[in-house]
Amino acid sequence: MSDRLRVAVDREACCGSGNCVRTVPEVFDQDEADGLVLLRQPAPAEADWAAVREAAYNCPAGAIEVTQG
Amino acid sequence: MSDTLATRIPTYPFGNDGLDPRLPDFGLEGVGRVQLPTGQQALLFTRHEHLRELLRSPDFSSDFTRPGFPLIRPLPDEMPRREGSFIRMDPPEHTKFRRMLTPEFMIKHIRTLEPLIQQTVTDALASMQAVGKPADLVEHFALPVPSMVICHLLGVPYADHEFFQERSRILLAWSSPLDVVRTAVEELREYLVRLIERKRGEPGDDMISRLAAERVATGEMTEPELVGLSLLLLIAGHETTSNMIGLSALVMLQHPAQLERLRQDPARIDDTVEELLRYLTIVRTGLTRVAIRDTVVGGHRVPAGQGVIGLLSAANRDADVFPDGDRFDLTRGSHQHMAFGFGIHQCIGQPLARAELRIALAELFTRLPNLELAVDPDSVEFRDAVVFGVRELAVTW
Repeated sequence: MSDRLRVAVDREACCGSGNCVRTVPEVFDQDEADGLVLLRQPAPAEADWAAVREAAYNCPAGAIEVTQG
Repeated sequence: MSDTLATRIPTYPFGNDGLDPRLPDFGLEGVGRVQLPTGQQALLFTRHEHLRELLRSPDFSSDFTRPGFPLIRPLPDEMPRREGSFIRMDPPEHTKFRRMLTPEFMIKHIRTLEPLIQQTVTDALASMQAVGKPADLVEHFALPVPSMVICHLLGVPYADHEFFQERSRILLAWSSPLDVVRTAVEELREYLVRLIERKRGEPGDDMISRLAAERVATGEMTEPELVGLSLLLLIAGHETTSNMIGLSALVMLQHPAQLERLRQDPARIDDTVEELLRYLTIVRTGLTRVAIRDTVVGGHRVPAGQGVIGLLSAANRDADVFPDGDRFDLTRGSHQHMAFGFGIHQCIGQPLARAELRIALAELFTRLPNLELAVDPDSVEFRDAVVFGVRELAVTW
């Protein structure tokens, strides 16, 4: 078990569904100008890990990558 | 569903005759061939995991003009215009239009519309009460609320609602003859051309005015593209949410214990909306695509040119993801549902749809605590259309 979770987002792939923002607003946001994903927290708190994984799973465009370690 | 005896290939679409979607028995694999009314055969996928793979894959196209694309209705001799209809485009063309609209539908922008949605819902309920009971919930509530909201957002005068609601119905009904559909589309296009012309002279604080000024005037988008885009949003904004509201009222009234749970704990409204979206999955026809190269989905080979269908309603009842999926249960936390589709075409209006459903259903059940059906639930008639819904729903309170 590692003690860190890293998140990366691909704004080119993002289709602006807003699912991630709805799931974990602490970690994801939508850019005011273009509505595409903004990463607020690349190393989220452990309390948010499950929700971050859910956001990555549910991202329609597969634009969220989660790595542990 | 009916089988062709010789081949045992089910004919598709399966029809909308009840709250439970008709699903094919493709065994554990969950993949099989279906026969379309156009004479084509398509590969139908039903598993949640397979739909995730299919709808995220760049190996499939949404462009119905490509050879092999699975068609439920035959194309007219003259290829229909696709300008601006980005639901039927692939990247990079799709990306261009999707990006122009993304800020309009982002969560922050939709949040600013919530007071307007709230007011629209309250007014519609008051006018339904004024009509007296029993009243048709579809006519007085489920249809006018999303219609007024999308009209406001786009800048389309709600006074013209009968004109475009009637034509939307024609467009989406399976029974509409092709020439009637074509006339309805042309009339809607002409209407929008005139509207855009007016907005050029007198821009308002609305999406069509903004797109005309910021995208058409700058050469990023042509006027016919704006017409096509507006047409798509007007129809999608009406039919989907209004059908969801009507069906949701029916489902909640048939599950009184769960309705009571929601009333005791109004914070459950978000989970309730998600479970209703999953359970109802109103795009019953699923999503059609064609393979543009030899590829594999869920271990199944799909050759280039093969038409495929992702059956959203089946994926949303896949036992691996939603145990006992035929049961409506607002406590299940249905966040992995695909009612809005999946992949880069996933519904751009979902924040708006969610806000409308949340506010409309919360107010409906709070303001009318004695709401009940005024008809036998078994006699409720469903629409045989691209989007599933109830024709009418007589209620009392």
